[in-house]
Amino acid sequence: MAAADLLLNIMLNQPSNLDLMFQALADPTRRAMIDRLSRGPASVSELAKPFAMSLPAVVQHLQALEHSGLVSSQKVGRVRTVQIQPEALSLAEQWLNDRRTAWVKRLDRLGDFLAETADEPETRT
Amino acid sequence: MSQRSITHGSFTLERRWKTTPARLYKALSDEATKQKWFSPPETWNKDVHHMDFRVGGIETSVGGPPGGAVHSFRAVYQDIVPNERIIYSYDMHLDDVRISVSLTSFEIKPDGDYTILVMTEHGAFLDGFAGDGNEIRREGTAGLLDQLGAFLAREGAN
Repeated sequence: MAAADLLLNIMLNQPSNLDLMFQALADPTRRAMIDRLSRGPASVSELAKPFAMSLPAVVQHLQALEHSGLVSSQKVGRVRTVQIQPEALSLAEQWLNDRRTAWVKRLDRLGDFLAETADEPETRT
Repeated sequence: MSQRSITHGSFTLERRWKTTPARLYKALSDEATKQKWFSPPETWNKDVHHMDFRVGGIETSVGGPPGGAVHSFRAVYQDIVPNERIIYSYDMHLDDVRISVSLTSFEIKPDGDYTILVMTEHGAFLDGFAGDGNEIRREGTAGLLDQLGAFLAREGAN
């Protein structure tokens, strides 16, 4: 899926954070949190709900994710809301990048096809 | 949640291959030939692709990732100059939601033993019609996690 390439691009374009991102995502709990956040922002307590662990442990995981640049959070009143950082990139940019990536791959295949068939006679229709 | 909006964007890709304009044109215009390279990633369900290559003719491609939204591409050929130029307009649906309307041009230019292809796409992205876009974001994140898993598996093997 091309959108995945885009997210990977975000990671690759932030090389200083790359190690931190991979470290952050190496943990299954944190991957599950990212999966939940991909459906939209959530409060810390909402994020904690599916996990059988203390709130401080959840907060520690979130700090690792936030430190890596993959998520950001804002505190409004007593509620801290967490969101996935690639959301900062607009959907339109994601869509456009999807289209572009799809065509980069297609043109790679077209180039391969043209090279493979270079010996075939040209007059066939 | 649905705010009506249009976001415009464009991109251009240029490639230079050791081939002739006629071969390149055929790969872009002949249904059977196009199907040899046009298809989406193998992990997707096999796309259903039809192509009626003439001005006013329709091309459709329907498919998508297993369990994900059905991606429907529907194009109308607007301008055809054999071996030189192809222009079509198209819209894209995710399930029954139209997410974009776009214009795509292919310019074919001979360059000695080589042929240059310039592909330009102008798009109007219908943000409001795409709901909150979670489908795109979710697929992206799921894909990222898959890639990450593969990366970690490789790293772990070292």
